Amino acid sequence: MASPLISVTNLHKTYGSGPNAFEALKGLDLDIAEGESIAIVGKSGSGKSTLMHLLALLDRPTSGAITLDGTDTSRLSAKQLNETRNSAFGFVFQQFFLNAQASVLDNVTLPLKIAGVSRRERTARGMAALAQLELDDKAGNKANDLSGGQKQRVVIARALINQPRVIFADEPTGNLDTATGAVVEDILFDLNRRQGINLVVVTHDEDLASRCDRSIYIRDGLIAAHEGVAA
Amino acid sequence: MKAVDIVGTAFRNAFRSRLRTSLTVLAIFIGAFTLSLTNGLGTGINQYIDDTVASVGVDDVMTVTKASETAPTDGGPAEYDPNQIAADGPPGSTVSALNDDDIDTIAGIDGVLSVLPTKSVMTDYVQYDDGTRYQLSMAQFVPGMKVELAAGEQVDLDADEAQLVLPESYLEPLGLGTADDAVGQTVTLAVTDATGTRTTTDAIVVGVAEPGLITMGGAIPNDALTETLYDLQAAGAPESKPTQYAQASVWFDADAGEEETQALQDRLEAAGYTGSTLEDQLGTITSVIDAIVLVLNGFAVIALIAAGIGIVNTLFMAVQERTREVGLMKAMGLSSARVFSLFSIEAVVIGLAGSALGVLAAIGVGELVGSVSGSLLANLPGLTLIAFDPVSVAVVVLSVMAIAFLAGTLPALRAARQDPISSLRYE
Repeated sequence: MASPLISVTNLHKTYGSGPNAFEALKGLDLDIAEGESIAIVGKSGSGKSTLMHLLALLDRPTSGAITLDGTDTSRLSAKQLNETRNSAFGFVFQQFFLNAQASVLDNVTLPLKIAGVSRRERTARGMAALAQLELDDKAGNKANDLSGGQKQRVVIARALINQPRVIFADEPTGNLDTATGAVVEDILFDLNRRQGINLVVVTHDEDLASRCDRSIYIRDGLIAAHEGVAA
Repeated sequence: MKAVDIVGTAFRNAFRSRLRTSLTVLAIFIGAFTLSLTNGLGTGINQYIDDTVASVGVDDVMTVTKASETAPTDGGPAEYDPNQIAADGPPGSTVSALNDDDIDTIAGIDGVLSVLPTKSVMTDYVQYDDGTRYQLSMAQFVPGMKVELAAGEQVDLDADEAQLVLPESYLEPLGLGTADDAVGQTVTLAVTDATGTRTTTDAIVVGVAEPGLITMGGAIPNDALTETLYDLQAAGAPESKPTQYAQASVWFDADAGEEETQALQDRLEAAGYTGSTLEDQLGTITSVIDAIVLVLNGFAVIALIAAGIGIVNTLFMAVQERTREVGLMKAMGLSSARVFSLFSIEAVVIGLAGSALGVLAAIGVGELVGSVSGSLLANLPGLTLIAFDPVSVAVVVLSVMAIAFLAGTLPALRAARQDPISSLRYE
């Protein structure tokens, strides 16, 4: 088997210090293989969001190592972390976090703008990403004027625009009705299957979790159970 | 993120909450408007004084008088000095007279290029074509000095013929007609000599002076006319009485710098003379105006500081509102430094908008006041009450932008330090 894309060993994360300290993760090990889709399932407060934040390099662990593509991420500078998140990761959140007043195109191309890509290229790539999600006719609309499902598709287009290796999705269907939620799920798994983009989905939706290659159940900061094809 | 994108985004963000930004811009507008106006007032008045300077003398000439050695330092009455003669200035003021020996001494002082005693002449009257006779005083004129002319030209100092520039106010009484008509006419001047005999001489009007702040009322003779009048006036004076001058004009090298000028003044003082440049004479007026403008500017700056606090407030609200957006952008890899610059540039944009509008409005009001004051202050021709020089306008705009930047640092720092995770939390 090829070396995993993300490898986590003995991961600890403690919030606060002294008597108020709260240990969210208590020594967790996890390998995510290239092209894999994985669901992180757990109740709120179980540590699943903390795990995703650490995997997405949004936060640094208290102890333990996260290796991305063979690189120990604890050695990366703040600038390198920013660059890694910008180029290798895409984010889909339960709440859309769209700039309501900006156009759909501007919202989608935000990661490229942060990366310093020229306006012309931003527009071209943004239109391509929107076309992939059948939203190219909405490019000039304000994000506010879209329906919930359309907004989540815009968010996916935004996550896709920098051709990431991993898309982190935190409750991606939490704010959508079943029908639109299913459409969004289809899109995400389609991306995983066709483009080999890793999916890391945080959810408490069992149906969504079961569509992933693998589900891990987090309880009290540890992996309680593995389900699906073991990596 | 590219610099151009940061500026563009900051620009758009600044006007996202239009009402809030407009109110902050308004506060800055008021401060910048006041500052520009008070500055403009100072510039206008000082410019007028500078223009007037040209009609008083030139900058490489120093007026030298004999220092009153007898003047007590404690402010008590001065001892009578038989050498005192009436001086130019308020009635009753006297200076110790200079004689030919003094002139030689002054000429020998290091730094004095040349010295010319000022011969004061008193005319009894001026008359044109046997018409009514009017009193006329003679202003002292040194080469390079210019007066604002309504017609004709400046007197030719080297000319052999007697020439003079008449103030415009004399034209009608003398019956000279318009300014253009007057140029080239010959007027008669009368002086009384030492024996009490009145003699007359003729002079050609070569120019007509517009009334100015300082030369108002006096005629400007050329050297030939001054000499003629002086000789006529001195005729019959006893030989024993030495020639006395109230003051002398000293030419010096003005390009040598202020220090050199000051050194020359010190040397003159050591020799017992007082030398005052034009700047010294006008410096008092200018410094009073500068002080007033400074106080007014102080008020405007207070307004600007209040407006700066408004910027702090506005941006804190913006940071609060955009917590999630900032968190998202940081999650997507935007560095804290870029977040800081996004918000501080937004502050600068607000400052720029307020100050640019304020300066433009001040210039507009200045134009308006200028046209109104033109008729209100008709006896001060050439006065632009509120003038704007590009440098001070740029200084106002740039310093407001600097204040805005400083005001923006606090909220921008808060935004830059935001943790993307807590920004994106929604439970």
